Amino acid sequence: MKLLELHGQALAELEQAADLEGLEAWRVRYLGRKGPISQSLRSLSSLPVEERRLQGEMANRVKGSLQDAWQSRREGLRLAQVSKPPSGVDISLPGRPVPMGRLHPVTQTFRDICAAFQSLGFEVVEGPEVEWDYYNFEALNIPPGHAARDMFSTFWVDYTDDRGGHPMLLRTHTSPMQVRVMEKTQPPVRVIVPGQVFRYEATDATHEAVFHQVEGLAVDESITLADLKGTLYEVARLLFGEERKARFRCTYFPFVEPGVDMAIDCAVCGGEGCRVCSGTGWLEILGAGMVHPDVLSRVGYDTRRYTGFAFGMGVERIAMLRHGIDDIRLFFQNDLRFLRQFR
Amino acid sequence: MKISFRWLKDYVHITLPTQEIAEKLTMAGLEVEVAEALGDQWEGVRVARVTGVAPHPNADRLRLATVELAGESQTVVCGAPNLSIGQRVAFAQVGARLVDGHTGQTVTLKQAKIRGVASAGMVCSERELGLGESHEGILELPPDAPVGAPLADYMGDTLLEIEITPNRPDCLSVLGVAREVAAITGEPISPPALDYPEEGPPIGDLASVEIADPGLCPRYCATIIQGIKLGPSPRWLQERLISYGMRPINNIVDVTNYVMVEMGQPLHAFDFRTLSDSKIIVRSARPGEDITSLDGQKRSLNPDMLVIADAHRAVAVAGVMGGLDTEVTEGTTDILLEAANFAYASLRNTAATLKMRTEASMRFERGLSPELVPPNIKRATQLIQQVAGGRVARGVIDVYPGRTDAGPIVLELSEIPRLLGMEIDRAEVLRVLKALGFECREDSPERLLVNPPYWRSDVRLPADVVEEVARIVGYDLLPTTVLSGRLPHRQPDIKLRLKERVRDILSASGLHEAITYPLVSADWLEATRSPLGLRLANPVSREQEYLRTSLRPGLLAALATNQKFGAEAVRLFEVGRAYLPREGDLPLERETAVAVLWGGDGDVLWTVRQAGADFYEAKGLAATLLDRLGTGGADFVPSQEPFLHPSWQAAVTAGGRTVGVIGQVHPDAADVLEVDGPAVFVEIDLDAVVAQSGRPISYRHLPRFPAAIRDLALIVAEEVSARQITNILRSSPLVTEVTLFDLYRGRPIPTGHKSLAFRLRFQSPQRTLTDTEVDRAQQQLVERLGKELGAVLRSA
Repeated sequence: MKLLELHGQALAELEQAADLEGLEAWRVRYLGRKGPISQSLRSLSSLPVEERRLQGEMANRVKGSLQDAWQSRREGLRLAQVSKPPSGVDISLPGRPVPMGRLHPVTQTFRDICAAFQSLGFEVVEGPEVEWDYYNFEALNIPPGHAARDMFSTFWVDYTDDRGGHPMLLRTHTSPMQVRVMEKTQPPVRVIVPGQVFRYEATDATHEAVFHQVEGLAVDESITLADLKGTLYEVARLLFGEERKARFRCTYFPFVEPGVDMAIDCAVCGGEGCRVCSGTGWLEILGAGMVHPDVLSRVGYDTRRYTGFAFGMGVERIAMLRHGIDDIRLFFQNDLRFLRQFR
Repeated sequence: MKISFRWLKDYVHITLPTQEIAEKLTMAGLEVEVAEALGDQWEGVRVARVTGVAPHPNADRLRLATVELAGESQTVVCGAPNLSIGQRVAFAQVGARLVDGHTGQTVTLKQAKIRGVASAGMVCSERELGLGESHEGILELPPDAPVGAPLADYMGDTLLEIEITPNRPDCLSVLGVAREVAAITGEPISPPALDYPEEGPPIGDLASVEIADPGLCPRYCATIIQGIKLGPSPRWLQERLISYGMRPINNIVDVTNYVMVEMGQPLHAFDFRTLSDSKIIVRSARPGEDITSLDGQKRSLNPDMLVIADAHRAVAVAGVMGGLDTEVTEGTTDILLEAANFAYASLRNTAATLKMRTEASMRFERGLSPELVPPNIKRATQLIQQVAGGRVARGVIDVYPGRTDAGPIVLELSEIPRLLGMEIDRAEVLRVLKALGFECREDSPERLLVNPPYWRSDVRLPADVVEEVARIVGYDLLPTTVLSGRLPHRQPDIKLRLKERVRDILSASGLHEAITYPLVSADWLEATRSPLGLRLANPVSREQEYLRTSLRPGLLAALATNQKFGAEAVRLFEVGRAYLPREGDLPLERETAVAVLWGGDGDVLWTVRQAGADFYEAKGLAATLLDRLGTGGADFVPSQEPFLHPSWQAAVTAGGRTVGVIGQVHPDAADVLEVDGPAVFVEIDLDAVVAQSGRPISYRHLPRFPAAIRDLALIVAEEVSARQITNILRSSPLVTEVTLFDLYRGRPIPTGHKSLAFRLRFQSPQRTLTDTEVDRAQQQLVERLGKELGAVLRSA
């Protein structure tokens, strides 16, 4: 058969190929190794030089044309095949679930707080939850009979020492770790202490007998109240966002001097005053201050050389503010409908 | 503490709005809320005088009152029974806003005709003015009330609710707060008068004071006033006590209370004639001694308590409450007035033991300055003389064994920037300290000698003085700087990291994290076969009496809670501490990870069918956890943990050491914790895992030659364990992986037997295995299984 005839016939048959299988059969027939064009090319060597050149040129052009036609036909058929909607597609059917649990909101908040401070060079340490009176109170300038003990209603452990005293308690704050850390290390100190704390208190929507705190302590030469302010404002920005304003005011904790209470402006009312912030426009989020000289000298630090700051914040309170949770008791209920809401 | 803004203005001139004062005080350390504004709503209410009362023509219960306000007269209809000519009353004109006496709503007073007579306004009751609950009759004002004056000017007030921190007992007084206001605003203070004529005999001739226990009573002062006239206090005094929330009693008691609120020092007045031998002895209570206190209760005392006694008996519990026997009563003519200072710790103990937290004890507990005593007793003496008359004995008895002279505080001015990170101008420092009542001497250009005012017991160190300056200048001015300097040497806490890893692994495995109460009941501990451990001396309830010695009860209770809320599948874990008692020491706080798995079997979603929680899920979870923690995997061996089902349980080991236990919760424990249906539990001692975890990872080369996969179904007797078979299968050097993919019981497998199907991967690191090699290896395994375990190849 003449190549040109063959070309015409092949193109006509190509039109008939209705699907990819038909197309493949066509390709094998015309463009395959045993097809007429391959045969024609193989037989060239037997021809005279001049004819060989003409015949070869022709065969190659026919081959190229058929290949192009095949290519375009194939694309057309594939498109037609994929475009044809198969039955049974419903993309709204639910996807197969990936079983992932959630971390407790307290853990998530702990991690956010710790990450913020770690970025500022603080190291995370932990301490005992059952404590001696000494670490929880006395070493922090709260001797027996001190009125400041009223600030920390205490669970006492039913334990009597040799002298008939009852010195064991559930720590009322993470602050005992200030003393424990300083007893063990020399400045510079830069630690944060996440942990569980206890207060002898009846529970209601805003009070829990058990809750969590993060304590912080930095001691070195030339640490100032301005450093404390800078550090805490930065952390407030990381935790609550750029747009929140922070406020430092004077307050009293026996183990710091000067003492600080930090608040952020109420996101609910924008500082105008509402029920959430009891009309003040501010929400207290932590207590802080410069480590009291008596606390420093009690652990043997030279108060003329070293100064330090300390702070403590309630984790549940921060989580409540960040997520709009209105009842602290939810944190200990472990209701999956609550836990599942936290990423 | 609630104090009256009007009262505050007696001592300091205030021009700023109340709200602004409250904010400034708050910033400086006294948290203030503007609690109640009295009189804000009295627009259109003025003081009026009743000039005529006539019957209402159409109603028996109503009367027509004519009232006069600065020249003009108005006629109003009034239903009050206590209306009479000459009274000063609060008169509301049309347009005034008042609280409706019946509904309690605020309403605007409208022009009205009552039973046919036009009423130009209304004479108000206490309740209508928001002053109290009384609506029986109209409010009668004192006869000196200025007719025509707006009522708000005459008696409007604002109450400030102030949170006083324990270090500032000086601010538990109106004068103390006034001093703060003065320091903040720069206004001067006008202290109350302390002068009075002394017309009586020398006090030493009348009485004596002895302090037997100077450690507990650093100072005791007394004055004597003879010939007083007991009676009700003047109205202004009564009103002030009421504004503070105290009930007026008589002019003597009222003055002692008034001065305490005014200047901060608790005082007590004895009927002088009831003190035997005219003696005051401050001593410890005698064993078995008792006293009937002013509230009529008989109190048993013990020798840890300090009392005020006369020659024979205790007459007051020092600093807490006076005795009934020596109380000022109707017949009293001579009084001995006491102002003293007591050691706070002992007094606090006494008040707590006797369950008498009084206004007085509350102040003493915070450590009042002994220097407060003389000015306060003089003020009280002066006021008593003013309101009750009498002759004041000459002099003041002042026994002061606790006198200390600490000397001035040396303040290096460089201490200010060293602590604050901010320079404060020297002149500003001096100005602030002076405004707060401190005396400063300029010792050198770099140094101040500072004497705190007598009323401040809390300023002792240079840092205290720096805070005083900073809080008045304002923390707002502090710059924000970042920490500079050396970073501490950091040593990562391995246990802490392990705990966080556990949380990540378990939550990624589909479990939700719980945090349960560490305080549990004895019943719960017993039910979960956990030892009792430490008990609280003051538990809130029996349910929270013990520190947990395991996390079992808490997590089971969490499961039960979710079951009650209708959950169909629960997967919970907790990482927390168990508190294990140690002799003479704090308990061991063992870090523990627990998980509870329950429910979730069947068609959980159109495309997912799932097996419910069972032993094998727990086993898989424990194995995954330990593998991911880098213990080199976990092993499971038979165990006898009474908390778990006797058959469905296993101990978990890692690196040859037992690190935990898994299994189905024993039905008895489930019952007590109200868990419904079988739940499985995982308990891992993280303290034990720490040592085994974090093994270094060493890379193994990837296989270069293809593997041959063969499936093998074996029939064995029930007693043969899967492990026995896999141990043999793994013994072949060509087998690199053994997977049990099917377990079958029932026809055609004979009873007492089971079929186990394994998928084996044969692979060599050196070459591609031939079929013949694989066949031979498999044949050898089958023969060995047959010989050692009686296993028969199951024909297809």
